[in-house]
Amino acid sequence: MSKKENTTPSTPPSDTMEKEYTTLNLGPTHPATHGIFQNVLTMDGEIIHNAVPTLGYIHRAFEKLAERRPYAQITPITDRLNYCSSPINNMGWHMTVEKLIKAEVPKRAEYHRVIIMELSRIADHIICNTIIGQDTGATTGFLYLFQWREHIYDIFESICGARLTTNICRIGGFDKEWSQKTWDMINNFVRDFPKGLEEFNGLLERNRIFMDRTINCGPISAEMALEYSFTGPNLRAAGVDYDVRVATPYSSYEDFEFQIPVGTQGDTYDRFTVRQEEMRQSLHIIRQAIKNMPSGKMHADIPDFFLPPKDQVYNNMEALIYHFKIVMGETDIPAGEIYHCVEGGNGELGFYLISDGGRTPFRLHFRRPCFIYYQAYPEMIKGAMLSDAIITMSSMNVIAGELDA
Amino acid sequence: MSQEILDKVNAQVSAKFPGAVLSAELLYNFPVFTVDHNDAHEIVSFLKNDPELNFHFLTDLTGMQTADEKHLGVIYHLHNLPKNMRVRVKTFFSMDKPEIPTVTDLWPGANWMERETFDFYGVKFKGHPNLKRILNVDEMDIFPLRKEYPLEDQTRDDKSDKMFGR
Repeated sequence: MSKKENTTPSTPPSDTMEKEYTTLNLGPTHPATHGIFQNVLTMDGEIIHNAVPTLGYIHRAFEKLAERRPYAQITPITDRLNYCSSPINNMGWHMTVEKLIKAEVPKRAEYHRVIIMELSRIADHIICNTIIGQDTGATTGFLYLFQWREHIYDIFESICGARLTTNICRIGGFDKEWSQKTWDMINNFVRDFPKGLEEFNGLLERNRIFMDRTINCGPISAEMALEYSFTGPNLRAAGVDYDVRVATPYSSYEDFEFQIPVGTQGDTYDRFTVRQEEMRQSLHIIRQAIKNMPSGKMHADIPDFFLPPKDQVYNNMEALIYHFKIVMGETDIPAGEIYHCVEGGNGELGFYLISDGGRTPFRLHFRRPCFIYYQAYPEMIKGAMLSDAIITMSSMNVIAGELDA
Repeated sequence: MSQEILDKVNAQVSAKFPGAVLSAELLYNFPVFTVDHNDAHEIVSFLKNDPELNFHFLTDLTGMQTADEKHLGVIYHLHNLPKNMRVRVKTFFSMDKPEIPTVTDLWPGANWMERETFDFYGVKFKGHPNLKRILNVDEMDIFPLRKEYPLEDQTRDDKSDKMFGR
């Protein structure tokens, strides 16, 4: 094997020639960016000299919208943050409100939530990893693994009726027990997915071409990653074992045994392998949740916030009053200030909520992991080739919806 | 645990910056400090660089407006990853002079968070390398998250909220 040549161009003597850079617009709608991102690149031949990201193309004023919506109506907004793993966002928001009203969610509901959250983490990582493959020119893996994401969406559909923007679960727990059909689908998925995953893994993980393409591509050191407030798989790929599920367990994550994979270089290959291993760990968590499923109720005992069953609403005065009050957002919410975070598909998803006791939040801020780590992107691609910039972006898993809120 | 963090940080910061801590409380088991805006940068810097406190990770930076619509605030969420301690530092200043020193010198990752806060609340971060709008259009001349700009068009009468809250 010959050594990789040094790609830095030799600078011409300044008095003989004027150095010229080319400006190149990558995006806003470029098929390789998988979303609406614009990067104004200053190119020196094919080497990236500088990059200036422009964002806000799909800004939808979520924080302002949230200040006028009752708490239950904010869940659909959270769907549209990281739309590749909406259920995690939904659950994160429900848990924030539950923390505010001090609701005690039964273990059974929490275990159900864990199953949903881990399934959506797998769906999120499937998208990211297959797209790294796609952008390096390996379409096969993308087509092979994407059908498993389809199966996950079928499971979501059978629980809540929606596939992508799920609005799954409620404040307090679940509205009903899952059907036998749902459980069959989950069991089939847990049984069959490892085969599909390892097949995909075999295509790429030790593939000479893929490794040459991704190792040392878009690296970031652990120090830099921390300075830039990286979280999630991108931070772990750089070698920092920070995972919200372990650091501040929520929804009974302390009951489960799992490992946090970490990388060493923080490059595209490490981000890929960390996500691969996280999918295996997620499966492991789901298996434990199914095996140790506690019995009990599916929702907290909070009549002020949890919609009563319909037959009660139609036949019972009290239930009707509660139904009306909840739908119109007339229940009393305590005033308070909360920061709650969950481990989203690509990092620490935080909800900073200030309630003044009114029917809507006084202030709601989403800590969106994408928005925070995407600012390191120019730093990571400086001096790289244009094609490296593309796979660096896809391996960072930047989701336009979360970026722009 | 949270109470210990609160007491420890409060003791250290109060000793270093007498009178700068306006309040220290535990909100939903989370240590929260309200500090004077003149000392905000020094306090955050101290929390980051002190080897014992070591709040080296900036989880979040955002803004808010107080209910009386006369003050703006900036909220820092800091995290000490090895010891897993978190604190929230809040600082408020008058809307007539919404200025506060930037923390981009401490964390390069604060860059966009401060730009977002500027974009929505008009907080001017002194010393920020590139303080311009980030999510909204450059031509916008208002700061949309301030309470004086209502979400709905106020001339519409088909969407009355007289009955149900604000």
